[in-house]
Amino acid sequence: MPFLAYVGVFLLLPTGIVIWDAVKNPAGQFDLASLKLLFNPEVRTFFTGSIELSALSSVVGAVFGAILAYAVASGNPDGVVRRLYLSGSGVLAQFGGVTLAFAFNAAIGPSTGFLFHAGWYYDFPGGIALIYIYFQIPLMVLVFLPAIDGLKIQWREATENLGGSTWHYWRYVGFPLLAPAFIGATLLLFANALSAYATIQAWENQIAYTAPQQIYIAINSEVGLASNEGDIIAVGMMVLVAIIMVGYFRLQRRAARWLR
Amino acid sequence: MVAVNVLGEGALVDPSARPPGMQLGRRKRLNLFRWVTFTIFGLFFLLPLIAMIRFSLEGKKPGTFSLTAWAQIGSTPDLVSAIEITLELAVITCAVMLVLLVPTMIWIRLRVQRISQIFEFLCLLPLTIPAIVLVVGLQPIYNQIEHYNVSALQLFWVYVILALPYAYRSLSAGLIAIDATTLSEAARSLGANWATVILRVIVPNMWQAIMNALLLTAALVLGEFTIAEILNDITLQVALFNISRATANAGVLFSTSTAALLFAFVLLLILSYAGRRRRRA
Amino acid sequence: MTSSAAATYAAPARAGVEVRLEGLRRTYGQVVALDGVDLTLQPGELIALLGPSGCGKTTTLRLLAGLEDADGGTITVAGRDISKLPASKRDMGMVFQAYSLFPHMTVRQNVAFGLRLRKVSKEARDRRALEMLELVGLSEQADRYASQISGGQQQRVALARALAIEPKVLLLDEPLSALDAKVRAQLRDQIRRIQLELGITTLFVTHDQEEALAIADRVGVMREGRIEQLAPPTEVYSRPATSFVAEFVGLTNRLPGEVRNGRVTVEGCELPLVDPGVPDGPAVALVRPEAVTLASSAGQESGALVGTVIAITFLGATSRVTVDLGSTTVMAQLPTADASALAAGSQVTLTIRPDPVLVSVDKVAASEA
Repeated sequence: MPFLAYVGVFLLLPTGIVIWDAVKNPAGQFDLASLKLLFNPEVRTFFTGSIELSALSSVVGAVFGAILAYAVASGNPDGVVRRLYLSGSGVLAQFGGVTLAFAFNAAIGPSTGFLFHAGWYYDFPGGIALIYIYFQIPLMVLVFLPAIDGLKIQWREATENLGGSTWHYWRYVGFPLLAPAFIGATLLLFANALSAYATIQAWENQIAYTAPQQIYIAINSEVGLASNEGDIIAVGMMVLVAIIMVGYFRLQRRAARWLR
Repeated sequence: MVAVNVLGEGALVDPSARPPGMQLGRRKRLNLFRWVTFTIFGLFFLLPLIAMIRFSLEGKKPGTFSLTAWAQIGSTPDLVSAIEITLELAVITCAVMLVLLVPTMIWIRLRVQRISQIFEFLCLLPLTIPAIVLVVGLQPIYNQIEHYNVSALQLFWVYVILALPYAYRSLSAGLIAIDATTLSEAARSLGANWATVILRVIVPNMWQAIMNALLLTAALVLGEFTIAEILNDITLQVALFNISRATANAGVLFSTSTAALLFAFVLLLILSYAGRRRRRA
Repeated sequence: MTSSAAATYAAPARAGVEVRLEGLRRTYGQVVALDGVDLTLQPGELIALLGPSGCGKTTTLRLLAGLEDADGGTITVAGRDISKLPASKRDMGMVFQAYSLFPHMTVRQNVAFGLRLRKVSKEARDRRALEMLELVGLSEQADRYASQISGGQQQRVALARALAIEPKVLLLDEPLSALDAKVRAQLRDQIRRIQLELGITTLFVTHDQEEALAIADRVGVMREGRIEQLAPPTEVYSRPATSFVAEFVGLTNRLPGEVRNGRVTVEGCELPLVDPGVPDGPAVALVRPEAVTLASSAGQESGALVGTVIAITFLGATSRVTVDLGSTTVMAQLPTADASALAAGSQVTLTIRPDPVLVSVDKVAASEA
């Protein structure tokens, strides 16, 4: 029960504060009007930027991650390769953030590129999308692999026995069964990208492209923008992420029913 | 960054199921696909790392090699203190997490099953609230704390929350895997009291899950940037960030990053060896 | 089974076909799973492959199905060599041990799946699926999902699915092993009934000898990649070809004795040998429990074989009585009515019926399984 108090203070309370501040008007009363700021065109561009970047990186990450996951899953369950890729994924998923941006700067940044100079590196989404993809793929592998493991060999063999080819298997059995898990995982990736802050700040923090970056600016500026802009954007983000996570959990349940 | 089960605990496969053979043609195609895939992805993932390492070894004139960047890790005072703080934070966070979560989870699992749903919800909640959002509401709270103690180490309060989902999942998987309920019932029927059950029956069997949870927590602390920056605490990540703003592409950035990567890798190896030895015993 | 279902299949359009396996070999690295297996299934016959784990029975089935490639040998179905044909073109129906129903499809869709792959129209395949479900007695569950029906029902659906495509051969890979005992017996009989009705050539793999003996036309006992005996159930049971078969199928007493002139003497009883050519010398005779008769010792002439009852195990209609003869222990199987007259610790007289027995000449009955 001290546990509850602890979580209460450091999780629920801040969340509550954010929400409250967002719906407060200068007179300190409950007022939803401030939320209209979310529809302000300027603020909208940040959300659009966030969504664009997140959608791009999550879809690309999901597709490639799924391919990689399949390659790992179809091998020896105890083998070296599998362990290597799983551990690697674990490490890489942690490596993101500031350090990942440095690595990419080193690799393909226009001024310093080790491999080549990508002129598009600092365009949005350009380089940052690639960086996001870099950590989305391992995440996808970790999240999606159990689903692929859940595909029972008997289904494949039964399909063959009944006269189906590989194509038939994937079309009627494999893909349909994996679909909920895949979409769910993509949603998770999407939420992950939305929330990401460190990496993009390290990549380029002079211009704010995404909502999290704008929150940073909002909190640190004393001038101009409504004093609770940061809170409002934060609430907007929370709602977005919440919707996505709900979708994710429901799809997970469906996938678990079939593939466990 | 999201840290999911480092060892892919959700990806365990029953090793006793002998995979039946496959037709030759299909196996060949599959293997080709696998090798091509691994090579392409391997390259994709390795190249930035290689670039980073290469840069960390860069000398004064482009094309030469030198270890100055590495030496600078030790000689940049801001960096050194940031590293210290981050490491201390990691230790504190891990300790608190351990003390907080392990007994609670065991207790709930064994005694008060009804709460477990709510508990799980609470533990997974941090996943749905982005750090950037959380920190906005945290500022006033931390302002209060700062009245008592101004130190970056106070970050541990919120770091524990951040690490909660990952630690919870790891420990939960561990509890399920060892069938804690049955073990404890057996122990109790033999006359053990609750303390004994927890300390001497459950925990020793959960080492791998505990280590995994600790590793995930530590990794999270080492990699956390958002909250530290906005609350103006200088942790490792923040220090690196500041340096990068001052001198884009300073050599020391790469050397430190590489060091951090190696460190995570070593931790991981230790964990997987510790786990394997445990299993054989 | 309703009479309408019987009418549909009274004269099967596809009468059984002959299946011939010749010289099948299969190795996995160092392990030889199949070491030259020859097996011919007559049209409409049900052969059960019986044996312990790893004996190669499942491998044989999978090679026949085309799910694995043989390293040697040929497979001929209805006179046509299909050894190189991929599994999807072999026109065989297979029932797996478990988990083979597609979880995202209803029962009906599962059964109709093979027909869908063959581009049969929706009405036609739904009709056929329903026919098949009636055949196995599950037409009421047509719109449920696999997770909503019991294990036994799932296997019946799997059977319906395999039969829906009118395969030439039916393959069953330990279909009952994952089920409860009671369900197992019912389903086993149902499978046999349907198989007879359809007249479809069938290969049935199991490790449960009771199953094999109950439903097969012939039983093939396998061991380490070879078939040790292929014969009707009664023959496999009462005239086992090797000691492995004798011990694997049914219970056996191993009694040390002495062979002389084509007969073996065990505990004072002289018994004829299945193979009179066995050389003289010590040997272990394999005697079935039912060949041992017991009577209480009261008022018997001396010289008869006497022992003490150690245990009586009640098995339902029969009981197994374990008797200590001093030098060895013997199991006898009697109708329960007779066994109830005996009590643990009492003295009994044994006689062994003079049926021909097998002997195994590997010395010393001690050790091993």
